[in-house]
Amino acid sequence: MTVGFVMLCHTALDRAAQVARHWAEQGCPVVIHVDARVRQRVFREMRSSLADLRKLVRFSPRHRCQWGGWNIVAATQEATSLMLREYADVNHVFLASGSCLPLRPVSELAAYLDERPDTDFIESVMTEEVGWTIGGLNIERFRLFFPFSWRRHRRLFDLSVRVQRRMGLRRRIPAGLVPHLGSQWWCLTRQTLAAILESPDRAHHDRYFRRVWIPDESYFQTLVRRYSSNVESRSLTLFKFDFQGKPHIFYDDHLSLLRRSDYFVARKAWAHADRLYEAFLAPKELRPPNAEPNPGRVDRLFSAAKERRLKGRAGLYMQSRFPVDNFENGKTAGRYSLFQGFAELIPDFQNWLAQITDTRVHGHIFGPERVEFAGGETVYHGGLSDSAKLRDYNPKSFLASLIWNTRPEHQCFMFGPADNQKINSFMAADPNAHIFVVTGAWAVPLYRSGLPFADIRREAARLQRVEMELLELLNLHWVKAHVRIWSLAEFLDHPLEPLQTIVEETAPRLRPRLTSAPQVVDLAGFGRFLQDLRNHGMQPMVMGDYPASDMFHTDDRQNRPYLVS
Amino acid sequence: MVSLMSTFRLRLSREMWHLRARQRQRDLTAVANRTGRIRRGDILLFSTLRNERIRLPYFLDYYRRLGVNHFLFVDNGSDDGSRDYLVRQPDTSVWVTHQSYKRAYFGVDWLNGLQRRFAHGHWCLTVDPDEFLVYPFCDTRPLRALTDWLESSSVRSLSAMLLDMYPQGPIDARPYREGQDPFEIACWFDSGNYQISRNGRYGNLWIQGGPRSRAFFADQPQSAPALNKIPLVRWHRNYAYISSTHMMLPRGLNNTYDRWGGEKPSACLLHAKFLDTFGVKAEEEVRRGEHYAQSREYIAYREQVAQHPDLWTRWSQQYVNWRQLEILGLMSKGNWA
Repeated sequence: MTVGFVMLCHTALDRAAQVARHWAEQGCPVVIHVDARVRQRVFREMRSSLADLRKLVRFSPRHRCQWGGWNIVAATQEATSLMLREYADVNHVFLASGSCLPLRPVSELAAYLDERPDTDFIESVMTEEVGWTIGGLNIERFRLFFPFSWRRHRRLFDLSVRVQRRMGLRRRIPAGLVPHLGSQWWCLTRQTLAAILESPDRAHHDRYFRRVWIPDESYFQTLVRRYSSNVESRSLTLFKFDFQGKPHIFYDDHLSLLRRSDYFVARKAWAHADRLYEAFLAPKELRPPNAEPNPGRVDRLFSAAKERRLKGRAGLYMQSRFPVDNFENGKTAGRYSLFQGFAELIPDFQNWLAQITDTRVHGHIFGPERVEFAGGETVYHGGLSDSAKLRDYNPKSFLASLIWNTRPEHQCFMFGPADNQKINSFMAADPNAHIFVVTGAWAVPLYRSGLPFADIRREAARLQRVEMELLELLNLHWVKAHVRIWSLAEFLDHPLEPLQTIVEETAPRLRPRLTSAPQVVDLAGFGRFLQDLRNHGMQPMVMGDYPASDMFHTDDRQNRPYLVS
Repeated sequence: MVSLMSTFRLRLSREMWHLRARQRQRDLTAVANRTGRIRRGDILLFSTLRNERIRLPYFLDYYRRLGVNHFLFVDNGSDDGSRDYLVRQPDTSVWVTHQSYKRAYFGVDWLNGLQRRFAHGHWCLTVDPDEFLVYPFCDTRPLRALTDWLESSSVRSLSAMLLDMYPQGPIDARPYREGQDPFEIACWFDSGNYQISRNGRYGNLWIQGGPRSRAFFADQPQSAPALNKIPLVRWHRNYAYISSTHMMLPRGLNNTYDRWGGEKPSACLLHAKFLDTFGVKAEEEVRRGEHYAQSREYIAYREQVAQHPDLWTRWSQQYVNWRQLEILGLMSKGNWA
């Protein structure tokens, strides 16, 4: 009992010949089909290079194979018939391509098959219930007509599919056949192949499959269900399709991965992968026999590649990943928090926050003078400069870079109406953003600035306008950021409550419990200041109900004379 | 209708670039034409240079090791022996011109013309003598593995961002020796301070930033040099570079990035500009005034170079390999595994 190999080749014939020699020298018959499009001279070279193995290497009649066409099946049929006819001791036929690479010695494969003499190894998935294909048609491959080539006349191909769908056109599937799809690379028993190839219905089946689209992935896969009693629906050939439906290619650096896969054959190896061919075509050391093929690690590698190509890394903007708005799959790389108004009320807020939440706390990184990085650095992670001009040239790149460069550290920064506001809508739409605002707190430093009142009034009006725009934005229905807003009065009324909220949300894993609030600035006279603004026509809108007396929690508030000026 | 009009306009402008290239071919005199040795499927490298003799041995060696089969150089009036050195190589073709670099649109016209004549159907790498391509798996797979894979994935062009490399300490502190790997000296780079925006007209990305922006252009960021490049292209005679290798026509070739969140494969061009040779170069280029935008880039440099600038910061990254660049997000494997 032995296993015979049928090889379908169309490029890199020197490699195919090398592999054929490898198999034949271990006593396995090989039947090679070379695409009719390969030039005669190249074909003759291959044949003469294998001339010394004439007994075990045969060439089958050449067909012109086009991708997705019938001729691949016809070539396989003829090569297989030749194999069955010429080599009576072949019990399993292994279908391989010219770019397949044998990973384990043939003796191991033969032993493996000898233990399973009646098993047909062929991936065969019922089309109606499971979509096997990567994009493209499934059951319609069997039900529609395909007069146009998908490769050369894609538009006509698509149009004809659409028209047939619209017209409800359906081919009748021959009785007794249930459409199955699967990989082209199988290993079938003599019994099953003979039944398929010598079936009285073969002419009928061939006629039908001639017009099925990509019959090499359905002909044997469907017929085996009718003629075989023991189908093991998996391939002994290691192959992986990428997201475009073309096979992944193996290179020299996959050597150890392939060794550990325990598959018998891999498709497909890069023709110039010298080390791979050298390593696997060399005489083998003995290994523990009967190891089962195990795709685990290869699967992981290639699904990671697919994920990288389709989803990318969240929050990364770079030369080959520049998503349009709202298709970022993660606008930024990690969570970050923005605090507006806190540093104005609590002088030591930055240090306090850093200590309690164990995060990186920056100053106003969108400040008008410069970027206030933590620790007053002039250059930060990744080489970000503290130049305000450079930052304002592209604020979105700046923020995304900062979060990307410092991942996975949580970044906190101060914000305020005096800062660059161009980035607001980006942050509002970002689920990673945590925005905490104490409205009206910007007035406190103004009050304490000692500037002439006319300047203060003008500045207060400007800052209030900016802050109200932000509040309006944060109220919109599409906002994805986590937003918490307190008015100045609310905050001062019970400072501990908002502070507990911000530390909990900033450091959810630490869950710090606050027992006392940090020192708040002295606000004596601030109520009077607000009234002065009011008196000069600058209505403070965002401070909440700030008591004119600056006194919160006075039980006798009602009893005391309330000064209205 | 609008898109039809703009397609038509871009087509017209492409024809104009080809016409210019044809006219500027008159500038070129072949001093070594070995293009007859180019075989089907060879990978070609195109470059314009001026007085780069000291860099050439390592440059040729680096790209030969990657698997470039033939080099095509335009020598813009070197007087340091660059030409003789190149002519002596077995796998180069060299053209000489003493015409204006600026008038040939900073060398674009010369190379477009040569590419139209010799690069049709070839994978074609267009780099300066101080640019070194680093692509995914470049330590284990030759360039041909990449081009074969790109071709099987129906990708025609690969982007490679220019990554400015610099030494620690003043850039003229350690002299560069001929044949030396320049990244033994200039082995530091900025990993994450790049600004990206999209060019609506040609569809390419416009990337600026890095140490040059930070050190020389912090006050005028819009003037900082562009870092986006598309150096590796499967050439067709209808293609044309239109601004160095920053962008191309037809504009589909500029579409080297994914817009729906995924990552396409990309590479980096390590830029060995900041060596001790830089001061002399900046001085000369300001004097010649042959560079882009009245050579303002070189004027900015010259002012700084006099003060022996140190581009290094404590956040600089030391170059290790392509995997490091991949992890930092400067380039991507895409779905190549």
